[in-house]
Amino acid sequence: MSGLDAVFAAARSEHRGSLIGYLPAGYPTLEGSMELLGAMIDGGVDLVEVGVPYSDPVMDGPTIQAAAGTALRNGFRLRDVFTVVESVAARGGHAVVMTYWNPVHRYGVDAFARDLAAAGGHGLITPDLIPDEAEEWLTASAAHDLSRTFLIAPSSSQARIERAARASSGFLYATAVMGVTGARDQVGAGAAELVGRAREVTGLPIGVGLGVRSAEQAAEVASFADAVIVGSAFVSQAGSGTRAVRDLAADLAGGVRAPSAGEARPSGLR
Amino acid sequence: MPEAQPVTERDGGTGRASAPAGGGTGQQHDPTDRGHFGPYGGRFLPEALIGALDELAAEYDKARHDPEFGAQFDDLLTNYAGRPSLLTEAPRFAEHAGGARIFLKREDLNHTGSHKINNVLGQALLTKRMGKTRVIAETGAGQHGVATATACALLDLDCVIYMGEVDTERQALNVARMQLLGAGVVPVNTGSRTLKDAINEALRDWVTNVDTTHYLLGTVAGGHPFPVMVRNFHAVIGEEARRQILDATGRLPDAVAACVGGGSNAIGIFQGFRDDPDVRLVGVEAGGHGIDSGEHGATLTSGSPGMLHGALSYLLQDDDGQTIEAYSISAGLDYPGVGPEHAWLKDTGRAEYRYATDAEAMDAFQLLSRTEGIIPAIESAHALAGALRLGQELGAGSLIVVNLSGRGDKDMDTAAKYFGYVDDHDTGGRS
Ligand SMILES: Cc1ncc(COP(=O)(O)O)c(C=O)c1O
Repeated sequence: MSGLDAVFAAARSEHRGSLIGYLPAGYPTLEGSMELLGAMIDGGVDLVEVGVPYSDPVMDGPTIQAAAGTALRNGFRLRDVFTVVESVAARGGHAVVMTYWNPVHRYGVDAFARDLAAAGGHGLITPDLIPDEAEEWLTASAAHDLSRTFLIAPSSSQARIERAARASSGFLYATAVMGVTGARDQVGAGAAELVGRAREVTGLPIGVGLGVRSAEQAAEVASFADAVIVGSAFVSQAGSGTRAVRDLAADLAGGVRAPSAGEARPSGLR
Repeated sequence: MPEAQPVTERDGGTGRASAPAGGGTGQQHDPTDRGHFGPYGGRFLPEALIGALDELAAEYDKARHDPEFGAQFDDLLTNYAGRPSLLTEAPRFAEHAGGARIFLKREDLNHTGSHKINNVLGQALLTKRMGKTRVIAETGAGQHGVATATACALLDLDCVIYMGEVDTERQALNVARMQLLGAGVVPVNTGSRTLKDAINEALRDWVTNVDTTHYLLGTVAGGHPFPVMVRNFHAVIGEEARRQILDATGRLPDAVAACVGGGSNAIGIFQGFRDDPDVRLVGVEAGGHGIDSGEHGATLTSGSPGMLHGALSYLLQDDDGQTIEAYSISAGLDYPGVGPEHAWLKDTGRAEYRYATDAEAMDAFQLLSRTEGIIPAIESAHALAGALRLGQELGAGSLIVVNLSGRGDKDMDTAAKYFGYVDDHDTGGRS
């Protein structure tokens, strides 16, 4: 069982959803980002998603764009992401990295995979890499035993969902709404339907993200998905410091443990 | 000027089938089904957009083989855009080009003042075919935004144009034109606040509103099918130019020169000559303050392979794969990426790429104005500067066709400051 499988299995054995929290490496500074991620783990996040700040984040709304900009202005270098991943592992946490593809392409796909694995990272989430273009990554991830999380969207055809699921390992990422990242009052109604469509073709755990910001939303999402992914809400709290991040994590961790969250969730991999 | 005479191939002929009207249904230079030109191109975009790209690719494929679509497109090009555009000899300008003869392909005379209208009319017709009601676009110089707003007025489509704040200032005239035409103009204040960031913002809009909205991309960049589709809508430039230069001189040119921002006007004219192996295809990028200054837009000259806005191509980037901001006095060339087919044409050696600095382009801008009475777009002035140098290299008796991609009215503010016609301490980059 790979590291990620164990993370999801542990939550499942407790009949609850998993909580995945995103923060960009290097935001507001390299040191600061490691402290914030530590606080997130202390608050009860099961898996952290370490973002790579990038100059042209077309999937991100204003909150994450601004954080990435701050990290870059404060001197973030790509190799720093491995330092951050190491710090998560050293704290007993679990990390995957979320990155636009060009930085990885530039670094060298195999070299990036090698260094990520060496730092204790579990895998990559790739928001602008589709399986059709991912040959090099499929090879490198297999060679270094890393998980591959591709995205599916409400606009994905059933054939494309199947393709993304087949190329993924660890978990599959369902974007709940059409649009960019950013906290929303409502998680799209289409999210449950999308997860349902994915379950027809895969037994992989399915995480749902884009917009979740409250314990209530987390409970709602955990009632149909295996993992709740929270990004912009954490980035917003990061501005107020480690305590705010830990409190949000604890609040959301309560959400994925709410009774309604446990009931409707599938009991295991099919 | 006579047009559409049967072509006599005096260059020994390549057996090239003359491409049908309607923008290059000939497929011999098409990318693979997944949009790869050699290693370049493809789709490096969020999954959420793949459905829309597939729909667009399928609709375009149907349309390009549909005589009715071809007829509609040709009708708009002829009776609305004013095609064919002229091919004008520029003898007084050419006196500064080492004895070469220079002809200008007059895309500046198209309706809305640049080549951009060709692609826009094609994609606007496709938007209608797909049943979408809203169009978004990015613009740098404002020419693509104006052309898009124009087509949307004509075809009754809602229109929103994203434009970097730096560009809304230096191309204020075009902002007003777009507004008059009924488009909403959204100034973009992220990143470098120029074309690159306008595209980012348009992509964010598209991913949110893709059900109702077509992203009418203005150059041969982006994910498949944009590079091949936009190229084919502009292929009419090269088809006409080839016929016209043969009519006028009885031979093919030694070189064809065009400016390269994203690369649409260049690929459009190259397309007509790429199967004529003796015709050199020369793209001229924005040299800004010089390559060594680091302030330029010369992507193919000094960039490296990477992904931006959906395709693998050459890119101005640092060691970490972060995009480096471009600079050019010309808003339309102020872009750190370039279309993927140009990357392939460079690597295969079929086309060559060089650059002209701000100063060289502005000299050519003034020279053409004063010798021929034609005020070019500053973008196009880069191609003119390239042609002056090519003429010196090729020598007396050589023949050069320059794609005059647009007219300079929009640039009067920049030019007046640059040449000191108005009292302003901002010299627009002569420092
Ligand atoms: C007149 C003119 N020429 C050239 C360009 C550059 O674009 P491309 O390289 O796609 O032709 C622009 C872009 O705005 C333009 O307005």
